[in-house]
Amino acid sequence: MRRVLVLACLVFFVPQFLCAQGKDDTQERLKALEEKVRELEAELQALKAAQPAAAPAEMPAVAPAPAEAAVPSPPAQAPAAPSQVELPAGAPLMPSGPLPVYGGASSGAKLLNPDVSVIGDFIGVAGRSTVQPLPALEMHESEVGLQAIIDPYARGDFFFTFGEQGVGLEEGYITFTSLPGGFVAKVGKMRSSFGVVNTLHNHVLPWIDRPLVTDNLAAGEDGIDDAGVSINRILPAPKGIFLEATAQLFRGDAGDVFSHTRNSDVSAVGRLRAYRDLTESTNLDVGLSLARGHNDLGSAYRTQLYDLDATLRWKPLRRAIYHNFLTRTELIWSEREQPSAVERAFGFYTSSDYRLNRRWTIGGRYDRSDRARNADLTDSGFSGVLTYWPSEFSQIRSQYRFTHSAEGRDANEILFQFLFVLGAHGAHPF
Amino acid sequence: MRFSFPRYLRGLLPLLGGLLLLAVYPRPACAASKLKVVAATTDMAALAQEVGGDRISVDSIARGYQDPHFVEAKPSFLLKLRQADLLIVVGLQLEIGWLPPLITQCGNARVQVGAGGYLDASQFAEILEIPTGIITRAMGDVHPLGNPHYWLDPENGRRIARGIATKLAEMRPEDAAYFEERFQAFSQRLTTSEKTWDDEMKPLHGRKVITYHRSWPNFAKRFDLDVIGYIEPRPGIPPSPGHTVELIRLMKRENVKVILVEPYFDLKTPNAVARDTGAQVVVLMPSVGGEKDVTDYFKLFDYDIGLLTRAFKATP
Repeated sequence: MRRVLVLACLVFFVPQFLCAQGKDDTQERLKALEEKVRELEAELQALKAAQPAAAPAEMPAVAPAPAEAAVPSPPAQAPAAPSQVELPAGAPLMPSGPLPVYGGASSGAKLLNPDVSVIGDFIGVAGRSTVQPLPALEMHESEVGLQAIIDPYARGDFFFTFGEQGVGLEEGYITFTSLPGGFVAKVGKMRSSFGVVNTLHNHVLPWIDRPLVTDNLAAGEDGIDDAGVSINRILPAPKGIFLEATAQLFRGDAGDVFSHTRNSDVSAVGRLRAYRDLTESTNLDVGLSLARGHNDLGSAYRTQLYDLDATLRWKPLRRAIYHNFLTRTELIWSEREQPSAVERAFGFYTSSDYRLNRRWTIGGRYDRSDRARNADLTDSGFSGVLTYWPSEFSQIRSQYRFTHSAEGRDANEILFQFLFVLGAHGAHPF
Repeated sequence: MRFSFPRYLRGLLPLLGGLLLLAVYPRPACAASKLKVVAATTDMAALAQEVGGDRISVDSIARGYQDPHFVEAKPSFLLKLRQADLLIVVGLQLEIGWLPPLITQCGNARVQVGAGGYLDASQFAEILEIPTGIITRAMGDVHPLGNPHYWLDPENGRRIARGIATKLAEMRPEDAAYFEERFQAFSQRLTTSEKTWDDEMKPLHGRKVITYHRSWPNFAKRFDLDVIGYIEPRPGIPPSPGHTVELIRLMKRENVKVILVEPYFDLKTPNAVARDTGAQVVVLMPSVGGEKDVTDYFKLFDYDIGLLTRAFKATP
């Protein structure tokens, strides 16, 4: 019973004692804080009195130029001024000057975000075609690009394509820019270096569609675009010739051209490119490409593609934005192993474009191509293209396309296209 | 488990072997050779030459009469870049449309962005027209980091030369005194020339001009010209009839008699405006090498100031 009484007393009185002691402590702390605030107020008033009457409203945007032409000291690579924010003028007990932006580290981190761009590609078609039917109106592709330098040794590029049927990764790769021996390597999914048109994204094509030979022999719009490794190097060459060799190894999937059923069914692409400036304004670009892989009939069947391309460009430097001319021919041979025999097909396109002035470009293309699975069937066609550039960030294009299919059907179509660029889309290789 | 190398890859083996051989092929010793400097533009090349003298070899990518915004990233430039010890760029996104792929493809670790052989000259210069507020493409091909035509102020030329001399001294400490001496000599010559240019431009202070593109803010500020309008309705946007009519009204109202045009722009619209307003079209050089006579940084200002003074003298 005594124990119970002692325990009850402890339970009842100790908290009250502690509470009273806590109150005393709190009051003392409050007093100390009040004194501290008074001291700070006094200090603040003293500082305010000591300040000059008119403080500069904000930091100058640029460093002031030296008044005299005297030899300047070594350039100070001044660190960037910290982010600042203006406070409301009437804020109590707050200095009138700028304060650091808290959380500035996170807002500054946005500076390290990749360059983001979106390219819209809207296509419409008028006319009837049973050869290559296209929807009358289509948001054909929206390409989202994310590009940035990764570290001192590499950069990364991603290009996602949003079509009306779904989303795809057109390219996504890391480029190692600081390898020894002058090598440049890429790892990821990429358009292979087979020929010229295969490397080009839709928005940099000089036409709305792709040539017939691409559709018939080289995997269509997506082209030879696969996951793998690429390595290239500039080779020594005489007389100002630029010579470059590229070797690429892929998983072995590329549309209807390459298909892998085993992990060892990889495909390979090699390219040798020679370029020379003929004059200051004119240059010649020639390439030879080879692509080998297994086709959709199985591991025992292979397809080999060969490509020979030549491009002649003329662009007068003083009037480069007004006039230029480009003519290009690309020849593709296909050797497709089939149960009966090796099917050998050939196709080509030849095209020319002339920039009439800053806003208008006119061009044309002739196509002819066998079909990869039956080289006895040959399609042909030609196109005329007119492009209008409101600015360098948008273009409106129309294309008259005539196609004669191997089955004897003809198609006359008018295609039109609106291309527009949002954001910072990195420049493409030449 | 047996691994057999795919038969069809054997065709690529010689190519890969060749590439590997080239990788291990020893580069010639270059300790005593000249530093190879490649500049994005002729102006940066000219300033590098001033301070580098005979201890460097300098080459430029863009020509002086070429629009530096629209240079083709030709593979022949890769041949220059792959050998370069130092790449000097104008920066502020002037070269954004063509230089990044060249840097990526050149296979030269020394000149990659952020490496020791990469120098952005804009860090030394006074930059004008830094946009504030919301920046959109409705403003045209605007440079978000400021106007990149900053070399057209001799004071900025001095600052850039100072920066290049410091960089060269870092790369070749044994020649540091030589680069410093060259810089001091350049600076003194510049001071002398500036006095001459100031005297020649003094009568033109405050005179109003029209320019085709926003290439001249630093020049105009330095020599006190008043740029009141542009042939382009927005930077990078071709002239439109509506804007041209407005511009003609403005020129008549403000009595503007001189239109400055860069050598790479079409003269059709400026000439039409000049006919309507009684103004003169003056093709001013924004860069070294724009004309045969404009062979260095001093001659660039000699040429432009000579043209300007003659043009204003000829106007009522």
